[in-house]
Amino acid sequence: MSSPLSREDVAHLASLARISLSEDELDRLGAELPAILDHVAAVQGVVESAGADVAPMSHPVPITNVFRADEPSPGLSRDEALSGAPASEEDRFLVPKILGEEA
Amino acid sequence: MSDLTRLHASDLAAQLADGSVTSVEATQAQIDRIAAVDGDLNAFLHVDAEGALATAADVDARRAAGESLPTLAGVPIAVKDLINTVGQPTTAGSKILEGWVPPYDATVVTRLRAAGLPILGKTNLDEFAMGSSNEHSAYGPARNPWDTGRIPGGSSGGSAAAVAAFEAPLALGTDTGGSIRQPGAMTGIVGVKPTYGGVSRYGVIAMASSLDQVGPMARSVLDAALLHEVIAGHDPRDSTSIDAPVPSVVEAARRGDVAGLRIGVVREFAGEGFQPGVQRRFDEAVAKLADAGAEIVEVSCPSFTHGIAAYYLVMPSEVSSNLARFDAMRYGLRVSPDGNPSPSAEQVMAATRDAGFGDEVKRRIILGTYALSSGYYDAYYGSAQKVRTLIAQDFTAAFEQVDVLFSPTAPTTAWRLGEKSDDPLAMYLEDVCTIPANLAGVPGINVPIGLADDSGLPVGGQFLAPAQADERLYNAGAALERLVPAPVLEEVVR
Amino acid sequence: MSTPTKTPLVPFDDALTRYEPVMGLEVHVELGTRTKMFCGCATEFGAEPNTQVCPVCLGLPGALPVVNAKAVESAIRIGLALNCEIAEWCRFARKNYFYPDQPKNFQTSQYDEPIAFDGYTDVEVDGEVYRIEIERAHMEEDTGKSLHVGGATGRIHGADHSLLDYNRAGIPLIEIVTRTIEVPGDKAPAVARAYVNQLRDLMLALGVSDARMDQGSLRADVNLSLKPTGSSTLGTRSETKNVNSFRSVERAVRYEVGRHAGILDAGQKVVQETRHFHESDGSTSSGREKSDAEDYRYFPEPDLAPVAPSRAWVDELRGTLPEPPSERRKRLQAEWEFSDLDMRDTIGAGALELIVATVEAGAAPQAARKWWLGELARRSNDTGVDLAALPITPAQVAGIQALIDAGKINDKLARDVFDGVLAGEGTPEEVVASRGLEVVSDDGALGEAVDRAIEANPDVADKIRDGKLQAAGALIGAVMKEMRGQADAGRVRELILEKLS
Ligand SMILES: [Mg+2]
Ligand SMILES: [Zn+2]
Repeated sequence: MSSPLSREDVAHLASLARISLSEDELDRLGAELPAILDHVAAVQGVVESAGADVAPMSHPVPITNVFRADEPSPGLSRDEALSGAPASEEDRFLVPKILGEEA
Repeated sequence: MSDLTRLHASDLAAQLADGSVTSVEATQAQIDRIAAVDGDLNAFLHVDAEGALATAADVDARRAAGESLPTLAGVPIAVKDLINTVGQPTTAGSKILEGWVPPYDATVVTRLRAAGLPILGKTNLDEFAMGSSNEHSAYGPARNPWDTGRIPGGSSGGSAAAVAAFEAPLALGTDTGGSIRQPGAMTGIVGVKPTYGGVSRYGVIAMASSLDQVGPMARSVLDAALLHEVIAGHDPRDSTSIDAPVPSVVEAARRGDVAGLRIGVVREFAGEGFQPGVQRRFDEAVAKLADAGAEIVEVSCPSFTHGIAAYYLVMPSEVSSNLARFDAMRYGLRVSPDGNPSPSAEQVMAATRDAGFGDEVKRRIILGTYALSSGYYDAYYGSAQKVRTLIAQDFTAAFEQVDVLFSPTAPTTAWRLGEKSDDPLAMYLEDVCTIPANLAGVPGINVPIGLADDSGLPVGGQFLAPAQADERLYNAGAALERLVPAPVLEEVVR
Repeated sequence: MSTPTKTPLVPFDDALTRYEPVMGLEVHVELGTRTKMFCGCATEFGAEPNTQVCPVCLGLPGALPVVNAKAVESAIRIGLALNCEIAEWCRFARKNYFYPDQPKNFQTSQYDEPIAFDGYTDVEVDGEVYRIEIERAHMEEDTGKSLHVGGATGRIHGADHSLLDYNRAGIPLIEIVTRTIEVPGDKAPAVARAYVNQLRDLMLALGVSDARMDQGSLRADVNLSLKPTGSSTLGTRSETKNVNSFRSVERAVRYEVGRHAGILDAGQKVVQETRHFHESDGSTSSGREKSDAEDYRYFPEPDLAPVAPSRAWVDELRGTLPEPPSERRKRLQAEWEFSDLDMRDTIGAGALELIVATVEAGAAPQAARKWWLGELARRSNDTGVDLAALPITPAQVAGIQALIDAGKINDKLARDVFDGVLAGEGTPEEVVASRGLEVVSDDGALGEAVDRAIEANPDVADKIRDGKLQAAGALIGAVMKEMRGQADAGRVRELILEKLS
């Protein structure tokens, strides 16, 4: 697949990834990524020429059913939990206004 | 008193056990050594002299009281700064976690503490372990003690430099695509990537979850094995941890006998791109293994050459998801966008991630976001997962013919700082020999095999073994170590 | 932002003359496990903020999830109770999107490999049975809770900042998704309500969740579109999120039918979006627009091993299932000796399990039915709070009936006891004591009141002396009035007749 990434594509990916890239960064990534993608796109050809059904491998160790008993275990104290917070108030993490959904 | 910092961990452990040295003396010697050379190396991002000496004093007291202690009790160690340590910052080499002190220990750190190893500090790395040169650290590159104008390899470059330069006898690294073995090769030390699932990942900041493994770095195969046994074993907090006995790696390292061992030389890992000086040392090592009674077999693993392509899809995809949590809400850096007096959470996230992540991290996040996005998933991520299967099948077929595989660890010796910075793809290609093991989950070891005659720098050889047969690496590695003594650094080359 | 111009709401019945509603329901059930889905943190409701958290559910760097066995077991039992297939092998997946209430900025969920799929459940409305097909039931985790500060109280819009509590983050959820539900349009709202209600009953019977819509442990999303009558082309759907009561499920369907019809009548296009339901007036308003930008980039969760429940385990769990809803309804009707109409009303009111519990607590079935479908249904309607969410338990209702049976209170006083219990004044006994509601059957006090009544009504007393016993009613009324209803009417009558014989 040859899919040169446009500058807008990179900007869209950056917004999906929540990174406000500068204009320079958009330019640079727009130039670098196609070369990398060209290289990695080889996987498709490899899979096609392998022919028969090849199962995808999501986990390197074939284990299943790794469970934990439903028994409480100690977590963090509230102070430990909040210890790294950039800001907190009323024992909660203080974050800027959330505008994702408008009422 | 001889220079304690130059002792192997196993020898130091023996001297601690027989009372000829105390842990406080040994730990102080390392702290002094760090003070003397780390200005040139930048191997440490944080040194915890006080904490290390307190552990050392405690071990000495318990030993004096006649308590029976674990083998490595009192032997100091350095820990890659990707691994959580209560009481010491853990930055992942990134601005986004500057000053963050985790409220919990990684399981491997819990095990180090239980075994009485004083933790000297946290070592430098490529940001979030993304890189093969350590140049991508937000805190400046670590440098190669064989030539401080050169890279120590990466991403565990700080750990490798620290061990090679006698700042620590032991270190922990992490290996996602070669990040223990390649810096091991670049600095002339031993480094092991255990079988995936052999060592707990709990509390180790994730880069690519299905590839990451913690492993030992040391100046001898036996030392690596001793540390391996401290950190390995089932951890119920890591669902991918293997619930089976730890392979007897120490016993194998003491054995070190290749007579009758079938060693496969991977045909694909030679030729174009391989530095002649590296190739010559490697060929000599093969000849010596044959002389020692090993049966050398050339094997072909055709899918290995596609490892980099598959890796640079699987890894960034997992990276893009694993690093989403660094969003300025609960911990770490928080940056407000310029000229916005009342930014939203969304805007603060985006501004923080722009300011807090370095170029290589952003590059991989964007690449991974693309590979997973709808419409491209099957072509990219899906195909890459299938290539993993093909690579695993190549390993299976190879291990039907031979007991271990052998190859150069890296195609070249250490390069100059900045030499490959402008070409990310060129840097990626450096990991060609190490990546297949991560994709398939099998273990690998780097063993120093001398200095290249064309660069005068360390060369490493890599053994690979089937999953959960880590002991084969230690056996073969220890044998090779005897046949080809590791190069010894006289002093840091400035 | 989404609807270009406001179009009128078409009355429900009118809309049905031209369009057929096509519904889908997504219900999230919070499991009642002791610990969270992927960590050992406690799950108690209402704990102090950020006291039930750990590195895993806070998404701290390096933390890793481990699956709660009980949650998997509950998921399988729910799947089986909904007549689903149970996957032989399935995985968790990461659903990637950024939101501050989500600590990892991905939700660990299931994507194309749910643990349960292809099931159904039969619901009954007005004596008719409708089959609801279940597409899937999958496991996932809940998010934290945010408190919006500044601006209009508690509203996200206009807030200065938000405060986050992650106690709820990571609590196990089972998401149950129906296939398209096509029922006669006029039945759609009631069928939707009956389905959600039946799920609640099923969760209680399975013992896997307290399934309280008012506390968010059962949350329904209503997906709705319209197609022109007789046409096979599907319309664009809206997704109304987090509807908090059974009644609201019904209202949300009605409202969206009217809204969609208005848009289509005006020749405009329905926008695919999520909508918020407003309890106050039963309306919905636009939330997030569903655009192409919403790309969750699902991929298999590498930190968790696949789940492959053995057939032996599944069979064992099948043996633990409660009676299927339809059989249960038949059995209860017979046991309670309810008429078909009584039973239909009971189910329609969502009172079946409440009556079961009230009967279990000792009340007679007819008495239990009387209170839940009479007094309490009226209060539920007045306040818009579901019957099950009223602050009174079946045991308390049984307790009030027991007081009546013991002659301590009468039906009229019982209404005051309901008031007191619902107002949070304590148990029925405590309310009776604190409000002084016990009937007076003490002969001394009653005798004096009767004497006063006879004295005040000499002509009535004479009639009774003459044998006109029906005149006693007037004297009883006078005594009751004096005693503010708290007299034992039977005993008063006896005393009057004794004194005037
Ligand atoms: Mg969901
Ligand atoms: Zn937790």
